[in-house]
Amino acid sequence: MHEKNSNDQVLIDGSRLIIESLARAGADAFIGYPITPANLLYLYGSQRMDMMLPAPDEITTVQWMAGLSATGKLPVTATSFPGFALMSESVNMAHMMELPMVIVLVQRLGPATGTATCGAQGDMLLLNGVLSGGHPIPVLGTSSFEDCWTLSARALEIAVTQRTPVILLTSKEEVMTQKSFDIGSLGTISKVDRKWYDKDCCDYKPYKPTGLVPEFLPVTQTTHQVRLTASTHDQDGILQHSSPEALANTRRLEEKIRASMKEKYLFYQLDHQEGAEKLVTAYGISAAAAREAVRKLRRDGQKVSLFIPGTLLPLPPVYLEILSGYKKVVIAEENMNNQLGSLLYGQQMPENIHFVGSLGKMISPEEIQKEVMS
Amino acid sequence: MTGSMIKSQNLPYCKGCGHDLIAKSTTGALEKLGYNPLDVIAVTDIGCHGIIDKCLNTHTVHGLHGRSVALGAGISFGTADDNQKIVVFVGDGGTTIGLQHIMEAARLNLNVTVVVHNNMLYGMTGGQSSGLTPRGFCTTTSFKGNPFTGYDICKLAHTAGARYVSRVMGVGDITDAMMKAFDQKGFSLVEVMEICPSYGVKLNPRRKLKEIVKESGRELGEWTNDLPAFTDRQGDKTANLLEKTPVIEKRFNHQLQKPLSLVISGSAGEGVQLAANIFSKAAISAGLHATQKGSYPVTVGVGFSTAEINVSPEEVLFHGISVPDMALITSADGLQHNRQRIEKMQGGKLFIDSSLTPPETGAEIIRRDFRSVGARNAAIHSILYLCRETGILEESSVYQIIEQEGKADKMPLDKIRKAMEA
Repeated sequence: MHEKNSNDQVLIDGSRLIIESLARAGADAFIGYPITPANLLYLYGSQRMDMMLPAPDEITTVQWMAGLSATGKLPVTATSFPGFALMSESVNMAHMMELPMVIVLVQRLGPATGTATCGAQGDMLLLNGVLSGGHPIPVLGTSSFEDCWTLSARALEIAVTQRTPVILLTSKEEVMTQKSFDIGSLGTISKVDRKWYDKDCCDYKPYKPTGLVPEFLPVTQTTHQVRLTASTHDQDGILQHSSPEALANTRRLEEKIRASMKEKYLFYQLDHQEGAEKLVTAYGISAAAAREAVRKLRRDGQKVSLFIPGTLLPLPPVYLEILSGYKKVVIAEENMNNQLGSLLYGQQMPENIHFVGSLGKMISPEEIQKEVMS
Repeated sequence: MTGSMIKSQNLPYCKGCGHDLIAKSTTGALEKLGYNPLDVIAVTDIGCHGIIDKCLNTHTVHGLHGRSVALGAGISFGTADDNQKIVVFVGDGGTTIGLQHIMEAARLNLNVTVVVHNNMLYGMTGGQSSGLTPRGFCTTTSFKGNPFTGYDICKLAHTAGARYVSRVMGVGDITDAMMKAFDQKGFSLVEVMEICPSYGVKLNPRRKLKEIVKESGRELGEWTNDLPAFTDRQGDKTANLLEKTPVIEKRFNHQLQKPLSLVISGSAGEGVQLAANIFSKAAISAGLHATQKGSYPVTVGVGFSTAEINVSPEEVLFHGISVPDMALITSADGLQHNRQRIEKMQGGKLFIDSSLTPPETGAEIIRRDFRSVGARNAAIHSILYLCRETGILEESSVYQIIEQEGKADKMPLDKIRKAMEA
């Protein structure tokens, strides 16, 4: 991603990079409802996006986004758990209607209101089950400023190409802390190439897939009838109880996400050290501690590898293969219950999988080092 | 695409249901106004009214229970073409659960027309009372009559700022009434009073719709506000957010051999975060890497204000600070917030205002009257003093950033310089 050997140092936060990236990729509307710790994203979104609308609540937020998306806009919002909880039915709706949008979810300490100004990584399991039926929704996680830049644009690309809401998962410390950063190192972000149905003939079916994804047409054009619905429906967008065509449509919704996320949109970093039998695994804010821990361990002569997943959900099958290549795996995640581990292994956690968790404070590099060496 | 808005006059409603009349009057009114089918975006939600979609030749968007108004609002934001008409159907149950959406659309005077199908109960789910059920009206959840007064959605929408609101009886020909609502620029709402033939009629025998509406105090009529319709008024936009974070050139030297963690803490409104920001940028101008994190109570204007800073010759991967290498404390609020970690310091330096009693600590204690230059300048004073005492950064690098950030006129720099020499 480095375009040049630059040293254009600025003091910057991740929120700014996320919004700028989304805007350059083609996001053109920010719908906001204030919530800590996502407020910087709201501020920057209002400054940068062509359209900014202040919604009166988070249900309205996603409903407005869905309406805008139906007209061909690419809306973005940012929230934290209490807001996302309100959004969840509408996220289901947008997924069923196949309307692109990006929701930046800034994790904070829960449950409920919890502590608004304290970071956390507690929402992976929630996201894994947010769609009724257990259908997957794409979730990308940022683990660095570079990720804020590249994965935000990718999130919008997935939303467009797969016609779905996409969650960009981050947390308080990632989007609010300012760091020195070489912005000259940022790569070019191109506007997502968006193709709409372009035939003049009269056989447009709003849910007839090309491959696994139907071609989009906005409700603002007057050539073809567009039907969008949150109910179980056939290719015409007509409500059905459980006709074979309608159930095939629902199956397709699952298949399109799984198919695209396991290869085309598979993002991770594996910093493998030759001869290493130990692997540190972390994403999000804990990846910062993991990077520092691995740097220190290597300086002390230890052989240790580092794995940072970017594609979080649906969890790519290749992750199990990667972890299986090490005798000892340490997963660091800022919660009590090893959500990444439980998604990978279910109730039967292998003995070689170790967990470093935390509640109410960031995991430190020292805690990870200690677990690696134990 | 021209032609009829509706596929068939044979609609899938119970015999005697007012929804049939509303659907035909709606499409008839739009046709009379000259709209073609695909000029119309019909937004429906859950409830018997929502099964109309398949009968329409318009665009149809079928959403969640009670959310059709918000969904239609979203479409209106993205619809620049005044020739397109957004028609939103909602029931009295949907109005109950989605009341906020109607109020918001009316307040913003969005270019949508909402048709409230008020048959005074939830017909699709078994005849339960809704928020619009009139007092005394019998439903399956209030056999002796609803004990509560129903919302007057027309009054509410009018009060919220709707351009045009009307209430009509769902009998006879209501096409003209519909035309009037559709022919508005801004938010319009028509409440059509009906009685559900499957539940309402059976549970309220011998009562006539007209009589029920009259007894409920709901007047028939029109209400208007002479307020402008919504137009998208976006202010000046920033073309590139990155341009708001100017590149900091390396102009100075530093004396830092290894990473340093630093906590600056004082009281809200005393410039702690600004001072931390200036120090971090000064460090970058000296070729160092830096991180800056602020923390303060949710009531940002009172109590402590703490900034955590890391500066390092190499990239700072982890920015968390448990026990800092150095602490700068300029007020009692700051001391109280950081007392525990200062007590845990095994070395390093504690710069603390001379008005405060330092806690037990392993750090070298340096007392100084930072507040002598005024409480609002104590933090920047302490930063400059730290530079002088430790030599980590050149003081000139801090002054340079103050100048660049346009803060020089807002800080008593001469006074601070004098205090530094004291």
